[in-house]
Amino acid sequence: MARGGAADGPAILARELSKRYPGPTPEDPGTLAVDRLTFEVRRGEIFGLLGPNGAGKTTTILMLLGLTEPTSGEARVLGHDPAREPLAVKRRVGYLPDSVGFYDDLTAEENLLYTADLNGIAADEAARRARERLREVGLEYARHTRVGAFSRGMRQRLGVADALLKDPEVLILDEPTLGIDPEGVRDMLALIRELAGRRGLAVLVSSHLLHQVQEICDRVGIFVGGRLVAAGRVEELAARLFGGEPVEVEVRLCRADERARDAIAKLPFVRDVRPGDDPRTLRATCEARAPGAGGEPDEPGARLARALVEAGFDIVGLSVRGRGLDDIYHRYFEGAEPGREARGSLAGRARSLDAGRPRDGAADEAAAGPVGAFVGRLRRLLPGKGGDGR
Amino acid sequence: MTGAVVVARKEIADHFRSLRFHIVLALVAVVGLVALYVAGQTIRQNAESATEAGSVFLLLFTTSNDRLVPFTSFLSFLGPLVGLALGFDAISGERARGTLARLLAQPIHRDDVINGKFLAGLATLAVLFVGVTAFVGGIGLLFTGVPPSSEELLRLVAFVVVTILYVAFWLAVAILFSVLFRQAATSALAGVALWLFCAVFLPLLAGMVADAVAPVGTDATVAEELRNAYWQADLSRLSPATLYDEAVGVLLMPDVRTTGPIVITQVIGMVEGKLSFLQSLLLVWPQIVGLVAGVALAFGLAYVSFMRQEVRA
Repeated sequence: MARGGAADGPAILARELSKRYPGPTPEDPGTLAVDRLTFEVRRGEIFGLLGPNGAGKTTTILMLLGLTEPTSGEARVLGHDPAREPLAVKRRVGYLPDSVGFYDDLTAEENLLYTADLNGIAADEAARRARERLREVGLEYARHTRVGAFSRGMRQRLGVADALLKDPEVLILDEPTLGIDPEGVRDMLALIRELAGRRGLAVLVSSHLLHQVQEICDRVGIFVGGRLVAAGRVEELAARLFGGEPVEVEVRLCRADERARDAIAKLPFVRDVRPGDDPRTLRATCEARAPGAGGEPDEPGARLARALVEAGFDIVGLSVRGRGLDDIYHRYFEGAEPGREARGSLAGRARSLDAGRPRDGAADEAAAGPVGAFVGRLRRLLPGKGGDGR
Repeated sequence: MTGAVVVARKEIADHFRSLRFHIVLALVAVVGLVALYVAGQTIRQNAESATEAGSVFLLLFTTSNDRLVPFTSFLSFLGPLVGLALGFDAISGERARGTLARLLAQPIHRDDVINGKFLAGLATLAVLFVGVTAFVGGIGLLFTGVPPSSEELLRLVAFVVVTILYVAFWLAVAILFSVLFRQAATSALAGVALWLFCAVFLPLLAGMVADAVAPVGTDATVAEELRNAYWQADLSRLSPATLYDEAVGVLLMPDVRTTGPIVITQVIGMVEGKLSFLQSLLLVWPQIVGLVAGVALAFGLAYVSFMRQEVRA
């Protein structure tokens, strides 16, 4: 590729990246929004940065764009340090902010032309590109409509057109599906996948909707309380997260009586059996793997079903819990929100994955009152530093 | 700098298209017409003395009668409103619309945004005041039939420049508040509060403080009275409105020789006459420098706060 430096390295690289927002008083250590984040996005890859609200996703993105300075650590975007060369980065990175806004009094096309102007794109080229991008995101019909009349989904699509206007090599999308209806979310994700794929872009998508976004991601990073607790392909994450852990199997029988319960309890891989929520169901806690004698599958669910059928019970339904995406999501995210910290083993597990790292700051966000917050704002203005000065 | 120019171009277009600008324009134009009417009547009544004064044209801007104040005083009072109207949501508006992050993610420097907005405001003010002054002057010309001399034109240009400076101060203050406050309403209110403080309370306070620092008794000496007057004048010069009033007063009235207190013994034996334009300018140079400093201070604060502010709330 002849498009400038470090063509072989990853498109986005973050190493031990941290950001601490100062607190309202000098003694207050402030809020650690991002805590030693390390990850990379390879060229041509869609990477999902997934985490609950307040996990530090937007702060991370702002640091990658050079819109806020990291407290420590370093970032490289296409080989450039965004804190030192923000313009070099911003020239080649398309960005869709969360809750993207446009000038409501201008038409869709005028908004795009303004962006083109800021990028120094010549007028005739700008007009051509604006038109093309609007067509690509399916907004050509609304070219001369004032953005004030746009729906949330249309704005979001216009945001994608806007981010692609400068022909970027990297696309950063912050919560691209926020506030649009399920059908719109699907369209949006398909659009991102298609447009990025066609251009071979490196894409960083942040979202709190693991479920939807993981479908278009090559890899995901789970980001909770300012820390990346896991990164990899979704299947890898599941294996790593649940490997060796007990599995819950829920069976629904025609008659879930004591006899059935005993039959299950005496299976070697079953640790515990108890009645389920529904009187006809039983819940068994099983070992993750249930190696059988004669080449039987080692899935505990399959073994349990076979044993029950052989013992003459009629199974109405069976489900194995604790392996789906929702469970990955829950397991990692549950411990993150303030006030939901102490939800027992699941949250504890998420934290223990990263044992040894002190966990500070994440919960004191709501600590300062309005007066404190105001004083903090003033204080930040005075000795603080931020942004992309020349 | 090119980024700032792009931002400024778009902002100027926005200003001229905005309802807000049209309201302000209408207000200033009405004020101009009223002042013109007052001046016309008064000049007609005192045609003799007016021609004696020799600068009928400038009287259009400075004449008052017992019911209405002249154009310059109107501007001194309403100018802040124009500046505040053009700037109170400059930054907070971008933030509220969600366009600030998108704007800053384009390959421009961060200060291009605030510089561009300030430049656009200045350009808009320039168009507004040059236009209104030309409008008032033009109608006045038809009305009185007395063309301005070249010196009067110079004075008029200086008047417009000082007016733009004065309103630019308030524009910079408005931008500063739009950086500091997230809510446009808070920012506008803070601007209006400062404006009213400067226009109404500062002169009152200046008098009170002067009386406290340099009391004037019933048997006060001239020196004591002068001390009191100087204190009061200097304190009220903290208000840009005072600086503006003094500056345009001297610039538009060639027979004004001083902005400070004057003792009767100084007047006795004084030769009647007018100052040349340069002498008038020299007389109010400190006031003009003060206004420039005010603009620089307010915009400097806005600039620094904006550069240090986090993009995220």
